[in-house]
Amino acid sequence: MFLLFLSSGLFLGWTLGANDAANVFGTAVGSRMISFKKAAILCGLFVVLGAVISGAGTSDTVGKLGNVNAIGGAFIVALAAALSVYLMTVTGYPVSTSQGIIGAIIGWNFFTGTLVDYDALSKIVSSWIACPILAAIFSIILYKLVVAGIRTFNVPMFKLDTLTRYGLIIAGTFGAYSLGANNIANVMGVFVPVSPFPGISIMGIFSLTSAQQLFLIGGITIAIGVITYSKRVIMTVGTGIMKISPVSAFVAVCAHSLVLFIFASQGLERLLISCGLPPIPLVPVSSSQAIIGAIIGIGLLKGGQNIRWRTVGEIAVGWVTTPVLAAVISFISLFFFQNVFQQQIYKPVEYTMSTEALERIENHGIPSHELMKRLGENYATAVQLNKTLKQDPSLQRDDIQFIMESAEVYRMHVTDAGIRSLDTNTFTEEQIQVLKKVEGQIFIHTWVMDKALAELSPSWAFKKDDEQFNRELQEKLSYIHGLFHTTEFFIR
Amino acid sequence: MKSRILKHSEKPDQRFAEFLDNVNEAGIVFREAAENYCKGNLETFQQKRDAMRDIEHRGDSLRRSLEHLLYTKTLFPESRSDVLELLERMDTLLDNFKAITWRFDIESPDILPEFHDDFMELVASAVNAVESTVLSCKAFFGNIDDACNHMHKVMYWEKEGDIVSTRLQKRIFRKEGLRLSQKRHIYDFTRYVEKIGNEAEDVIDRLNIYIIKREM
Repeated sequence: MFLLFLSSGLFLGWTLGANDAANVFGTAVGSRMISFKKAAILCGLFVVLGAVISGAGTSDTVGKLGNVNAIGGAFIVALAAALSVYLMTVTGYPVSTSQGIIGAIIGWNFFTGTLVDYDALSKIVSSWIACPILAAIFSIILYKLVVAGIRTFNVPMFKLDTLTRYGLIIAGTFGAYSLGANNIANVMGVFVPVSPFPGISIMGIFSLTSAQQLFLIGGITIAIGVITYSKRVIMTVGTGIMKISPVSAFVAVCAHSLVLFIFASQGLERLLISCGLPPIPLVPVSSSQAIIGAIIGIGLLKGGQNIRWRTVGEIAVGWVTTPVLAAVISFISLFFFQNVFQQQIYKPVEYTMSTEALERIENHGIPSHELMKRLGENYATAVQLNKTLKQDPSLQRDDIQFIMESAEVYRMHVTDAGIRSLDTNTFTEEQIQVLKKVEGQIFIHTWVMDKALAELSPSWAFKKDDEQFNRELQEKLSYIHGLFHTTEFFIR
Repeated sequence: MKSRILKHSEKPDQRFAEFLDNVNEAGIVFREAAENYCKGNLETFQQKRDAMRDIEHRGDSLRRSLEHLLYTKTLFPESRSDVLELLERMDTLLDNFKAITWRFDIESPDILPEFHDDFMELVASAVNAVESTVLSCKAFFGNIDDACNHMHKVMYWEKEGDIVSTRLQKRIFRKEGLRLSQKRHIYDFTRYVEKIGNEAEDVIDRLNIYIIKREM
């Protein structure tokens, strides 16, 4: 059943592979430097690697915008994105799957009454605008460097040809990896919160988290799209890009790949933070718009006479119309899916000002005098609580966010059956023993359970400066939250 | 079966250099053939004529293999068409050297001794123009900045050829006691040789455009 609901995401993945492979390997194949078959294999392989290894960053951002917590909702959101992109493409606008999925998520937010994280949204929209601009800047810089290098080292024509050919292969491979890393969030991002897969360990050598398994499936469908349908697009777009010189094409592919990579790389994000610099948001951006931006950059360097400003205008129009269209389609489709087909598209999330929540808020240093008056109050939706909190002028935006996280109700009942179902390859013996100590207990908030487990054993506590451990621990905690989640009310 | 990621390049630059050297050699052999013909050393002339035939055949073979290589193995379409056109124009120069050498053999023009110096000067300017063209082409595939250094020499030799040709033609038609048919015959040969210099200049004009296209 899960696979049925996953189908809309898989379709998105297939279309992504069919359309975007041309951006990374179009020139290499169009110039007959590499056969389509070999390009498709390389592209497919590195898209999957990029998705599995580096896809988490952009998916987290998509998740922040809207935590689609029902599989039916995720299905509709992905379908709405696919439809909006299809409609815009049919009308001739070069739009992006990223814009479609974001618009569809916002449509889900409005329909379900969940809060739209405008901070995340503004980061996403500004990244869409920054993507082609950054690609243009990168292509200008790279072009100058490459030309200077060719002139300095007096590279002969035939040797330049060989180097450019190898360069296009390498750039295309990097581009495929970046495409997978950056755009897998469009394909599978909405399904991550509802993923039923437990983390698995492969021969004890490496592990795949629940999200990574989804990314693997999504990456494979992208690869299938590349292999089955991209040839036609590559032969058209590839020869189109060939109207620029081979070296310019190499620079354009490099710039495109760099942009997609920096908007997906968690490593780069951590590096920037450690250097005290503002991090680049990890946001799914458009591969097509990145390559167009890169080519425009080279065109500007040569005077700008050959730039098709109409195409630039169409891209800008797409930034607005695609998400709006996707939001509308998503909203309407959710209505029908819920009311006509009687499918659950949203699991209501309540909020309560419990004693534990208020204690946590107070310990965090947030002024809680006014909040204490609300002890025991329940709120049916995030919008309601947010509206109430905003009435207190002393609360900052970060404070409100922390309060909402603390007050979010997510009932969990630790059962023996659930503990016995845990995969012993993923959870350590010590971790399982700790869970047995809390068997039968009921937790209202996820952070309460996390804290309780951490106090019982360091195997459940986050470690300073051990990112890998922390990431895996967060995955495990998310899994057991879902495993022990219950909608039953218990009298405590 | 060997499986390769890339279509393998079979060093087309070396083959192209070999082809250009062949064109150069044709010019040298042509000069020697013309000199020996004018001096009346017919046996040596015939050896040069036969050598010219071998050079031309070798050039054709190299050209065909290069065309095959360029189409099936290497270079982007945009550069490939330029390179192929350059190849054909250089082959035309080689063919002209061979054609004139055989015309000497077939038509046996009676070039009077008083015209020998001018005629050989005309031949030298044509051969020098072709040599500079070959150097320009080699530089195009190597250090493109050097191409311009040789290109102006082609234009110089072409201009020199025009001057010598005009002077020689005037002397031919002003020569008394010479039948018009004979004047015309010698005139034709001066035109054949002069044409080589003009064609070399055409090659350089095209090369100039290819250089501009490659400019970044």
